[in-house]
Amino acid sequence: MSAKDNLLDSKQMAEFVARGFLRFDELVPEEINQKVMRDIDQNAIKGAPAGTPLSQCYQGTAIREMLDLPQIQGLIQSLVGEDPLFDHDAIHVREPNEGKAQGLHADSIIDLRAHFDIQIMYFPHDVPLEMGGTLLLPGSHFRKVNEADIAAYQNMRGQIPMVCKAGSILALHHGIWHCGRQNQTDRRRYMFKLRLNPAVRQLRLWNTADLDQDYREHQEIFTGARGRDNVQDILSQREPWFEEASGRLEIVNRIKLWRFLTGDDSFDVHYWLTRLENMPA
Amino acid sequence: MKNSMRQQVLTLYLSTSALDSRVVGWAIYDGTGKNRFTTGDNNEAPYETGLHALLDGWRLIQHPVLIPPYPGEEYSTSFMKYGFVFEKLEATGE
Repeated sequence: MSAKDNLLDSKQMAEFVARGFLRFDELVPEEINQKVMRDIDQNAIKGAPAGTPLSQCYQGTAIREMLDLPQIQGLIQSLVGEDPLFDHDAIHVREPNEGKAQGLHADSIIDLRAHFDIQIMYFPHDVPLEMGGTLLLPGSHFRKVNEADIAAYQNMRGQIPMVCKAGSILALHHGIWHCGRQNQTDRRRYMFKLRLNPAVRQLRLWNTADLDQDYREHQEIFTGARGRDNVQDILSQREPWFEEASGRLEIVNRIKLWRFLTGDDSFDVHYWLTRLENMPA
Repeated sequence: MKNSMRQQVLTLYLSTSALDSRVVGWAIYDGTGKNRFTTGDNNEAPYETGLHALLDGWRLIQHPVLIPPYPGEEYSTSFMKYGFVFEKLEATGE
């Protein structure tokens, strides 16, 4: 199947907008995982100058094989376009029997754009809980913070330690709060991270065939607990760590990003913004 | 042998400005040196609400101040708003 057959659908895209990440377990074949581990051991993974088109990076390497998987191509195209720009990469290492974890942080610095970069995190070997795994906080991507200013927060309800099998992939919005959890084994832990910048306007880049006429119709407000069966319900789900009042603002942040990504300036979730925009002359 | 007191500090991030609202985040530092807490070390909150910490003997030493939204940033979110700081003092016997 081609990358076009592997574009995200609208519910997956809504999950990304709402939670700031998508997770794909055991996506990369073991053969590629083993080649990447060999390349890590030999310090053979070389990036490129920032701003290089991704298509020109990693030629002839196992990382290129990983990136060329149709599912990975579909994921990248859906989020940042067909040929995004290489920003930077890193082999993140957590040493054996560490005394503490990395502090919670958001990468880079405060970023005010609606446009977003993605960070692909690739776990080429199994990561059991005692080895740590990257910790991520779903729904934290809209919070305006500067890097490690949030290191005081040790634990949050709903946090996810990335415990996974080899070949698992995370695609993160650049603003997601995360850190490397403590590695309490006697083995080193590796994770390959790749940051990509969009080179095209992020407008309906995923498979939007499932956005039917009804999906944006106003729904009844406050109907109680909802599932994740449609875009509006996905965008209205709260995370366990959300404060009661700020959680409402997070839904507004999601509506604004969905409007940006669809070009639909009147889309709403359960009337949150329509109410505020109602200003009869 | 001198009797020396050591401070344990607990910060609870609550769901609202009310002390008896639900804990949504937390951090613990132990000045006795007996325990070392770090990021992501526990998915279970130490208390259900801030009030439960008081009932367990923690003393509240800092209460969050309510700050109105900055003009133009009314819909922005940033740091956790309701961090309550508690302490316990423990004799180490040193």
